[in-house]
Amino acid sequence: MAKKETPELNASSLADIAFLLLIFFLVATTMSTDTGLARMLPPIMPNTEDDAPPIKERNVFTVLLNFKNQLLVEGEWLDVKDLRSKAKEFIANPGNLETLPEKTDTEVEFFGTYPVSKGVISLQNDRGSTYQAYLEVQNELQAAYNELREELAKSKFRKSYDDCSEDEQKAIKVIYPQRISEAEPKNYKK
Amino acid sequence: MAKFRKERKGGQQKLNTSSLPDIVFMLLFFFMVATSMKEVTMQVKIKSPEATEVTKLEQKSLVSYVYVGVPLSSKKYGSEPRIQLNDSFATVDDIENYILQEREGMKEADRPKMTVSIKADADVQMGTITDIKQALRKAQALKISYSARKAQ
Repeated sequence: MAKKETPELNASSLADIAFLLLIFFLVATTMSTDTGLARMLPPIMPNTEDDAPPIKERNVFTVLLNFKNQLLVEGEWLDVKDLRSKAKEFIANPGNLETLPEKTDTEVEFFGTYPVSKGVISLQNDRGSTYQAYLEVQNELQAAYNELREELAKSKFRKSYDDCSEDEQKAIKVIYPQRISEAEPKNYKK
Repeated sequence: MAKFRKERKGGQQKLNTSSLPDIVFMLLFFFMVATSMKEVTMQVKIKSPEATEVTKLEQKSLVSYVYVGVPLSSKKYGSEPRIQLNDSFATVDDIENYILQEREGMKEADRPKMTVSIKADADVQMGTITDIKQALRKAQALKISYSARKAQ
């Protein structure tokens, strides 16, 4: 049978068209992903006053932020710079001090029985404080937790927290759970 | 007029460019997939505060945004910080409805993973933010993220 050769399609302009589209999407793309500090809000309880178990004074780390963006931490004026170390000391309680949070022995994977702190950080702010100041405080508290987790990962697994496997991260999270409570707003009378 | 000569006399070999469209298409598809076209037109001015411990928000389809800031056209809308939802100004009372609407638009399985990102200007007073947080609690949208830029 005689074979008829199919005429070749001129595809040279295809590249031009594709380039045009490519450039359009290049320009229109916004690659920036949103970044931020993740938090969980507490659900609204109808009557918290009756059933909430009282939390001992030593287990609460109160951070107050006033309308002048000043900090009152555990009853003392504090600079934002010093908040991180103070929060770390509170969460870890390395010396098992009476004034810092108590610990309960908990069974943790990889670690065996480990004393886990019961500390809660309570953050309250005035309506007049700025968002920037509030976020700085939140950032320092987050940093305190992150640093503690990092240190624990380094000493136990000999690697960075980010490089740990999911199970290892989970175990570390059991030891240092992030407990930042953003208190119920109070109605200030003017 | 000069004519194109078909046969070359010892000239350079023609480069085969038939795979060029394939490469370009590959790039094209990458950008088409990576692009997120749905951006709201900002009505408020937002200069995000900086933080060092920020985490990335995965999966844009699960994130709803609440914008807070001073209106761009302050002559028209005043210089008090306002809340923006989607493309228009809103009040705190609208947030609950907005969240319900956003939740309706999501897949059933994704609804518990819904995150609300609060994008607020650094100078906004916390009173507004607190009101928003209360509204979000009422709407049962408890996963939130305070939007911040990564400090250099």
